[in-house]
Amino acid sequence: MPSGQGESDLKGTIAIRTENLCRHYSMGEALIRAVDGISVEIVSGEFVALLGTSGSGKSSLLNLIAGLDRPTSGTVVVQENDLAKLSREELAKYRLHTVGMVFQSFNLIPSMTLLENVELPLRFAEVDRGQREGLAKQSLDRVGLGARLRHRPTELSGGEQQRASLARALINQPQFLLADEPTGNLDSQTGTEIMNFIREFNESLGMTIIMVTHERTLAERYASRMIFLADGKLVGDQSNAVSAGTGRTHGGRL
Amino acid sequence: MKTYDMAELAVRNLRESILRNSLTTVGISVGVASLVAMLSLGIGLQQLAGRRLQKSGLFDTVVVTSRRDLRGFNREQEENGPAPAESPALNESTRQQIAQLPNVLEAYPDIRFITELRYEDKPYLTMMAGLPFSAKNNDAFDGMQGSFFSSDTAPEVILQKSFAAQLLGKTPNAGSEEASVAELANPLLGKQLTMRYAERTATPAANAAADSTGANNPAGTAYSVISREVTLKVVGVCDLDPDSMRGQARARIFMPLKLAQNLHVMQPSDLRDTTNMANGTPAYTTVEVHVKSPTQVQPVEDAIKKMGFNTFSIVDATRSLRQFFAVLDLFLGIFGSLALAVASIGIINTLVMAILERRREIGIMKAIGASDGDVKGLFFAEAGVMGVFGGFVGVALGWTIGRVINIGTNVYLKRQHFPPEQIWFVPWWLVLGAIVFAIVVSLLSGLYPASRAARLDPVQALRYE
Repeated sequence: MPSGQGESDLKGTIAIRTENLCRHYSMGEALIRAVDGISVEIVSGEFVALLGTSGSGKSSLLNLIAGLDRPTSGTVVVQENDLAKLSREELAKYRLHTVGMVFQSFNLIPSMTLLENVELPLRFAEVDRGQREGLAKQSLDRVGLGARLRHRPTELSGGEQQRASLARALINQPQFLLADEPTGNLDSQTGTEIMNFIREFNESLGMTIIMVTHERTLAERYASRMIFLADGKLVGDQSNAVSAGTGRTHGGRL
Repeated sequence: MKTYDMAELAVRNLRESILRNSLTTVGISVGVASLVAMLSLGIGLQQLAGRRLQKSGLFDTVVVTSRRDLRGFNREQEENGPAPAESPALNESTRQQIAQLPNVLEAYPDIRFITELRYEDKPYLTMMAGLPFSAKNNDAFDGMQGSFFSSDTAPEVILQKSFAAQLLGKTPNAGSEEASVAELANPLLGKQLTMRYAERTATPAANAAADSTGANNPAGTAYSVISREVTLKVVGVCDLDPDSMRGQARARIFMPLKLAQNLHVMQPSDLRDTTNMANGTPAYTTVEVHVKSPTQVQPVEDAIKKMGFNTFSIVDATRSLRQFFAVLDLFLGIFGSLALAVASIGIINTLVMAILERRREIGIMKAIGASDGDVKGLFFAEAGVMGVFGGFVGVALGWTIGRVINIGTNVYLKRQHFPPEQIWFVPWWLVLGAIVFAIVVSLLSGLYPASRAARLDPVQALRYE
């Protein structure tokens, strides 16, 4: 289970560094500069919110950091690994072990039960069958879904589905949690619930969080740092003192 | 991903859209089934022809005649080689020499004679032939009623079906239904026949004369002919076709060969051979030589020719027949494979559709760490699983189709008053081969969809909402 082992050593060091990072798409005749020359450094253990309007390039930046996409130019270096130089195979390994992702639309596989969904990354990691179920159960327990193992995603509420996808993101004990509008499809109450889990991971497991959101209030409430993007460019970067406090942890240690 | 996990995931994915995947699998099954059905019919027909030829005894038999017998089969032979008068006689000692040649199973003289048989005080004139004891295992006696001779010298006879009908006074008319062998055998089995024949006995007086005068009258050429009677028991009625090419079948009643020899029945050739018989042992008109396999016929034939005899066999006919069946099998196989090719297009279609449908799922799997190889393997495994199922179901289906055709053919044959035949045969290699073929074709069909799925851009795939 995520133990945050070694996180304390890394705390404060630069975990992610982008240099003049660009991602351009050509859409017909037009060239879309989704990410246009972003240089930023993210320190291990930070809770970063990427803010911006829709189309500002925040999701594209997240995908580049997640290793789902490759830059047109520039570099993304995560823990001394230049993602642009990794092979497709190595990039898949990076996604499997180093980062965990949650999405606005949960992205659970509808034909699988929660247990199977959470177990899936373990299959890709070639973990033995015997261990897989136990690990997946533990992870689901952590997000309070221990009783819904055999349910399919469609039988659950949005909040429960997002909790399941958090459990899946944690299963391979990644150092980074990348969240793309994790509360976008949830009402404010369940959104708060999810955010409390994410903060919990940040604080107790020492995970570095990068969260894409367009809600400034949400960012102000939870993030330790806010990066503002517009038209693919970095337009603002500020630390946020509000979240530095630990008064809002979710019901103690889990 | 581990292979087992991959297979497990593949099966569960296939179950998710059960209808489409079942239809695709059925497509493969039909392809495999037509392949199996066609090839099994081809093989069955080939075996049927093989059995028929075997039954005729033509292809493993060499017929040996003395060159002194000018009625040889092959004129060319008579013009080459030693002059008829200088060639060896075909008698017991030369028969033994022939029997000792390599690859010769047995060599036995052809003994046949016309004789009078009495059954229920009515005389019948017919052709009697001696039958070697080895003929017992010959499938020429398939469908025989009763039993084979109890020994090589037992006073027993086997009747040819039409002769049995004649004894019972049932003359087959053209067009009328032929009586079954069993029908004919029941009243005749165990009954006694009396055979009147002419025994050829060497005359002591003539021998004595030969001893004293020497030259003109060589020993053994003088004999007296004595009329004898012997009682024979009917033990069997066989279904041999009297018009078939097999030598013995031209006779209508058979007795053990040793018995026929021991009886010293006067044979038609005896008169002719009187002039050139070297000693007391009688000469044979014909010796039939059975060879281990049709492929050995040629060397055996050559060896016998070297001894100075005329030989006759049919070997080339099998070669052309085999060629015919090879071509037939090829064509049947091609048609079967075409069906499988259509089925493989079905697999490609299904898997490509699955990629479109499961874009998002593929995107998710990649986002959470699946490698290109994992995704490719998964689609590949799905194709393979469909191939395995399609292969097994297809073999079962093809087996059933072949069986149905076989049953249908036999119903037809029965209506036409022919005995049932196995025209369909599924060898184990066809079963295995068809399943392997189905899997290979499925995997090949899965190659393109699988690599397409593997190259899918996860960002694009996840953008779809």
